[in-house]
Amino acid sequence: MEKWRATSNLRRSLKSILNRQLSSVSEFRYLNEKRSCQSSFNLIRDCKSLGQVNAIQHRCFSSASTLVQRNPSFSTLNSDDISYFKGLLGEKSVIQDEDRLETVNTDWMHKYKGSSKLLLLPRSTEEVAQILRYCNSRCLAVVPQGGNTGLVGGSVPVFDEVIVNVSSMNNIISFDKVSGILVCEAGCILENLISFLDNQGFIMPLDLGAKGSCQIGGNVSTNAGGLRLVRYGSLHGNVLGLEAVLANGDVLDMLGTLRKDNTGYDLKHLFIGSEGSLGIVTKVSILTPPKLSSVNIAFLACNDYSSCQKLLMEAKRKLGEILSAFEFLDTEAMNLVLHQLDGVRNPLPASMHNFYILIETTGSDESYNREKLEAFLLSSMEGGLISDGVLAQDINQASSFWRIREGVPEALMKAGAVYKYDLSLPVEKMYDLVDDMRIRLGDLATVVGYGHLGDGNLHLNVSAPEYDDKILEQIEPYVYEWTSKHRGSISAEHGLGLMKADKIYYSKSTETVQTMASIKKLLDPNGILNPYKVLPHSLNS
Amino acid sequence: MKIMVAVKRVVDYAVKIRIKPDKSGVETQNVKMSMNPFCEIALEEALKIKESGLAKEVVAVTMGPSNCVDTLRTGLAMGADRGIHVEAARDLVPLSVAKVLKKLVEVENPGLLILGKQAIDDDCNQTGQMIAALLGWPQGTFASKVVLDKEKQVATVDREVDGGLETLCLDLPAVITTDLRLNQPRYATLPNIMKAKSKPIKRYTPEELNVEIKSGLEVVQVTEPPKRKAGVILSSVDELIDKLKNEAHVI
Repeated sequence: MEKWRATSNLRRSLKSILNRQLSSVSEFRYLNEKRSCQSSFNLIRDCKSLGQVNAIQHRCFSSASTLVQRNPSFSTLNSDDISYFKGLLGEKSVIQDEDRLETVNTDWMHKYKGSSKLLLLPRSTEEVAQILRYCNSRCLAVVPQGGNTGLVGGSVPVFDEVIVNVSSMNNIISFDKVSGILVCEAGCILENLISFLDNQGFIMPLDLGAKGSCQIGGNVSTNAGGLRLVRYGSLHGNVLGLEAVLANGDVLDMLGTLRKDNTGYDLKHLFIGSEGSLGIVTKVSILTPPKLSSVNIAFLACNDYSSCQKLLMEAKRKLGEILSAFEFLDTEAMNLVLHQLDGVRNPLPASMHNFYILIETTGSDESYNREKLEAFLLSSMEGGLISDGVLAQDINQASSFWRIREGVPEALMKAGAVYKYDLSLPVEKMYDLVDDMRIRLGDLATVVGYGHLGDGNLHLNVSAPEYDDKILEQIEPYVYEWTSKHRGSISAEHGLGLMKADKIYYSKSTETVQTMASIKKLLDPNGILNPYKVLPHSLNS
Repeated sequence: MKIMVAVKRVVDYAVKIRIKPDKSGVETQNVKMSMNPFCEIALEEALKIKESGLAKEVVAVTMGPSNCVDTLRTGLAMGADRGIHVEAARDLVPLSVAKVLKKLVEVENPGLLILGKQAIDDDCNQTGQMIAALLGWPQGTFASKVVLDKEKQVATVDREVDGGLETLCLDLPAVITTDLRLNQPRYATLPNIMKAKSKPIKRYTPEELNVEIKSGLEVVQVTEPPKRKAGVILSSVDELIDKLKNEAHVI
């Protein structure tokens, strides 16, 4: 009897000890999570303590590695890994040469530089799957890379992540001339796809200044916007299917070519815009619109921003279905382009105007469309919305207008240091931000505003001869708070990458971000895919 | 002084052209058409001369089916004062064009006739020379610089020739054909497009002008040049000699 009581006592006491252990463990975890949420909130709320935020931003800007610590759970490359990759891919596709690594470690803006020691160039989905399966088992971090033209540091390593570059996977798999559905590998360069489709009488539904280097896999992974979004919509609508490889090497074949398919959850949308953090896109199936023969383009000048807005409303109403692009530049952007780039001519040399608008129409009937555009332009001129303008008479003139608008990012790079912001704002308020920034910065820097007015997307750029923290502290977090106050997006099309990984709360609620983190944990438990980016660092444990 | 400028509607310079399946010509359906680039330069030069006060009127002339009027409209939008359209079937050879132009010159009496050096669709480079011969006027072709002297009624023309630049002095009236480096054509501004709508375009037919436009030439076939074959990397000099002897037949 004594023994039994003793054992039951023991059991009871063990149980209570266990319970206490468990509760304390869960409490600890809960507290930890709560604390991490709090800390990121404090970053935002404590904007008054500019010094603290300032210090973090400064380090974040020049080299993220000082703020972000390398995750100790990631392994380091060893010679066995290299031999494995060489055996899997062949010597030519395993690059350790320092010069080549230098290029792939640095982003297009020369703002972010990683220290990866290994570049892999797989040539098929199977090779990508095997690479990821191996890296997942070894807990090696991986950066998926395409054309490396991203503007938020999402395409280059932060530390020594292995770079998996899909440029060698550049085959066009099939093209259906009747439906216009193109199936191709992720490494196809956008401009090459555009030329291929041109011969078939079709066009890509997206077009951006980086088309000569950017690849379709990257475009899809970042949900690229571009110049034609106002007409053809976003990639979420145009991508019919894709094939992606998950972190553990599983291949998700969702490469459908069907316009309509309501069978289950449409997972491809998770990959479109997740910036390589949920899987590596290896093939894309995209719906391409037919190439219409009549393209007309006008370059116009407006006196003030409210005329630009009214012009947009009128254009949408009067040009309707033939409107294919509506872009704007302010006078600083125009000046910059004329000074910095060669072979660029001002179409309106008579005087410098405050705002320049580029309108493009695309339709099937040349004379009908031209008349429609001319009538619209003439009535806008009579109504005082436009103060001057020119209409391109041939394709050469049309290209020269696009050169001006597409050349702004290049001109900004040549002018020295540039702080780039890509914001979605209500159209009425968009230019108020540019005016505010001009007042804040005064003589410190030149503020340039341009962008896709048709989509409500402002590219706010601050140009200065050199990077300077005094300039940065006037810009951040003011720009983000301003945007958040007007319920805008702090990243309209460029994505979050490394640059805005901690800024997501300005545009998304805590619960939403929490759910995103759960999905990331589900699809990539070891967190090896493009770490330190997209979601706030505090959530990636 | 009046200046007459001849302009031609051609397939846009930047378009990738394709041959029609029956090999009768180049595909022009659903293809962007614009003013011949050299004709734009010719018109620009005429407008510059008018703006400097040396001429009173610029008349743009075109020949072809009714859609050629688009090109005239572009010319008027750039700043020409009047347009003349001679209605004719599609393929006019340079000699027919020159004959029609001769009649129009007799009607209009311009002091200067400016044309583009050649059209980018047929690359003939003949019309300017032929009309000068028919009219008995002096010609300055491939002009890269034109300077007019009103008192002496001469035009000094720098010509781009194989050896460099040649300077000629022509008594007016004269024929000038323009080359690429003469000027940079202006854009058509909206105010000018608006004004162009009210500028007159006169229509003629070749019969009205008493011109025989039947051509003595017939296009038999139009084909693409043979596709460039990929190069071959050879492994030795012997292989090179063998290929030069047996495949290329050059040694």
